Amino acid sequence: MKRIGIDVGGTNTDAVLIADDHVVHSVKAATTADVTSGILAALKALRENPAAAAPVDAVVIGTTHFINAVVQRRHLQKIGAIRIGMPASASLPPFCDWPGDLAALVSGETFMLEGGHDYDGRPFMPLDIGGLKAAARAIKAKGLRAVAVASSFSPLDPSCEIAAREILAEICPDVAVTLSHDLGRIGLLERENAALLNAALHDLAVTTVAAFRKAIAESGIDAPLFLTQNDGTVMQAEIATAFPVMSFASGATNSMRGAAYLSGLDDAMVVDVGGTTSDIGQLRHGFPREANTVVEVGGVRTLFRMPDLLSIGLGGGSHVEQDPVRVGPLSVGYRLTSDALVFGGDRLTATDIAVAVGLIDIGDRSRVAHLPKSLIDAALADAHRKLEGDIDRMKTEAGDVPLLAVGGGAFLVPERLAGISTIVRVDHGDCANAVGAAIAQVSGEADQVFRDLTRDEAIAAARAIAEERAMQAGADRDTLKTVDVEDMPIAYLPGNALRVRVRVAGAIAEPTIGAAA
Amino acid sequence: MSAAGMKTISLDDIEALAVGAWILGTGGGGSPYLGLLNLRRLYAEGHRAQMISPLDLADDDWVAVVSNMGAPLVGQERLADSRSIARAVRMQEEINGITFRAVMSVEIGGGNGMQALMAAAHLNIPVVDADCMGRAFPEAQMTSVAIGDLKPYPCTLYDPRGIEAVVTKVPSWKWMERASRKICVEMGSIASTSKAPRTGREVKDWGIHFTTTKAIAIGRAVEAANRSHQDPIAAILDCEGGQRLFSGKIVDVERRTTEGFLRGSAVVEGSDDDRGTRLKLSFQNEWIVAWRDGEAIAMSPDLICVLDSVNGHGIGTETARYGQRVTVIALPAPAVLTSPRGLEFVGPRAFGYDLDFRSLFATPGAP
Repeated sequence: MKRIGIDVGGTNTDAVLIADDHVVHSVKAATTADVTSGILAALKALRENPAAAAPVDAVVIGTTHFINAVVQRRHLQKIGAIRIGMPASASLPPFCDWPGDLAALVSGETFMLEGGHDYDGRPFMPLDIGGLKAAARAIKAKGLRAVAVASSFSPLDPSCEIAAREILAEICPDVAVTLSHDLGRIGLLERENAALLNAALHDLAVTTVAAFRKAIAESGIDAPLFLTQNDGTVMQAEIATAFPVMSFASGATNSMRGAAYLSGLDDAMVVDVGGTTSDIGQLRHGFPREANTVVEVGGVRTLFRMPDLLSIGLGGGSHVEQDPVRVGPLSVGYRLTSDALVFGGDRLTATDIAVAVGLIDIGDRSRVAHLPKSLIDAALADAHRKLEGDIDRMKTEAGDVPLLAVGGGAFLVPERLAGISTIVRVDHGDCANAVGAAIAQVSGEADQVFRDLTRDEAIAAARAIAEERAMQAGADRDTLKTVDVEDMPIAYLPGNALRVRVRVAGAIAEPTIGAAA
Repeated sequence: MSAAGMKTISLDDIEALAVGAWILGTGGGGSPYLGLLNLRRLYAEGHRAQMISPLDLADDDWVAVVSNMGAPLVGQERLADSRSIARAVRMQEEINGITFRAVMSVEIGGGNGMQALMAAAHLNIPVVDADCMGRAFPEAQMTSVAIGDLKPYPCTLYDPRGIEAVVTKVPSWKWMERASRKICVEMGSIASTSKAPRTGREVKDWGIHFTTTKAIAIGRAVEAANRSHQDPIAAILDCEGGQRLFSGKIVDVERRTTEGFLRGSAVVEGSDDDRGTRLKLSFQNEWIVAWRDGEAIAMSPDLICVLDSVNGHGIGTETARYGQRVTVIALPAPAVLTSPRGLEFVGPRAFGYDLDFRSLFATPGAP
């Protein structure tokens, strides 16, 4: 199994070839404004190495292109929004909690129709078929080319959303349709928001994925293309075209997955120490633990599957204050190589402290020889105390666990920390993102309310749904493993209602071709 | 009644109320977020909520007591709507042949703290600066008006698909809880309700006064402290005369549902001054008893609030999870809840704990 992983970051585009469970070669190229020429450059550089020139089985790209489009309000299209669930929720229509500028940019026309379901699967109101047909005709007349549909309790019963898609396909067949149940969890506004963002990115997704394909073809590679998703797994390029929002947070996830792979550890805390911040997360079964909370993207509340990360203002470039001694949260950032003492600047940074005490050997050590030992000790103690407290805060279990220390500032992590059994440092840490992309698996998720089942039965039922979805997404059944199980009893519902969320992941099935969605 | 006794509630007040109501929710009552969105929309459309002091009501004024009843999870798919709560109020007027002077919240804690304002803004009648709990509680009979033995019926329930129900008569508040809960479940486990109408005299005698103002003040104190990098929890304690009970990290959360209620416990492991000890918090939708090393140190009806140690925001019994850094505080209960009859309804025994109520506060909080 040979795979190329590509991480398109803000500064660098990294490419790595992994074969038979080891990193064969890795390169870095500058990220370009059009993204694809940077990918092409990275691939060319990678393939120049004879060991990396052989045919590959798959190319996996991790990109922040789509989330950046939302944040920067660029390349978004006007869409139609169809909410099914009237007459409930009428006062909070689609886009009601969006930032005004983004709503004005995206909102084409909104339709609110009767239909939807109750929490126990009963129909809420009969589906307004006539209203759907009228909406489809209005969308066609207005020339909108993408539509988002959200129906109440659709994760339990998607039939209203599916009926809407069929009607749209009949009346305006060229319109791209996003159904909220394909993206989401319980929580109508947040799930609908995800569907609206997804529809607004449709044209960009089509052109971007086509450009990725072109770059790969131009570099002489003939292999299926995948994109990484928020949860550290992959989707086929065809699916990514239909669901660009699923790639939103893949950067941090790929880094954690890569660190897990490079270290061989599946269950560990991870700290990625950069120049300005440290990101702390937890690996469980080889995947980042997810935030079970609302995540804002460009000011829009969503419930995407995002890694649960704590970002603290501590990194290699952190300012060191002397009275009292304190490291961070201010940082010299990308100016480290001009502003830090060891590089001839006049700003005392965490890197200078590390050089003075011999943790790393960069720059001119003589420029920090004058620092008093008491200052060095106090600064390191402050950094260690911050890391110790916040790593402990992110732990979800009692007892000592290993800690993976990655990133350019990993020297700030001491050899011992309370609550940590061992500190593990990995080679190739600088291309962990691309490694994470290359090794990514395929996943499936279920999030439903079950009634009148035992806890074990409910979890088994949810797992079966998640497995089915993973296989639809291209996973090999025999390799599926459960990544995450969460169950929550629900107040004020009869029948011992239990909400269960299960996520499974497995290897990409062979052969990896086959268009879906 | 002149308009002089009225105060227009600003959108800033409402944003603060959303923070304060969540803290007074003592872990339950649902999130105020959707109510906040409704009020932002109503204000954008030109509606305003006016607030009237309970003391300015005439004895024969009629006051509508409103709440959204049901499962918070269902509320995430069937979103709070000012039209629904307004309709439940109108149903009471039609049934009783009365006209309401004002509306009042059954509970100021959590999402219901916003419902009365939604109804008030929508119907263009004022909201009374009072409620019937001074916090949140899980059951309909856990109110000051039940303690006052006021008439528990009729209660209207409205479901936006067009189901309108009235519980016209029940022998007790507890039966009202049972009967209305059954109807609510049939409606899809969420319903807009208007409880038995109250007279101005009854609100003056049995309402818990000035709780909307209180929730707004708490929210403002927290947000002002956060903006100026002061301790938001100290700001709440200053504002309310509360006590800091414990600081630490949640290390265990256990939940189960029995009879429709979310019951369970959370364990907080002490940090700083509390290092080496643990606080266990028992809950039934709301935080009910705090046990330090096995000893009950705070209990209902005193308010037990679990707050994010950094920003002072409330943490719900449904959202508490391992690793959260929390500070647990207690706030004094309204006096009516700590009276002997009050304790029968909302004291520890009402939740199944064989404990004599002991308040942390020498003098009970202001009525």
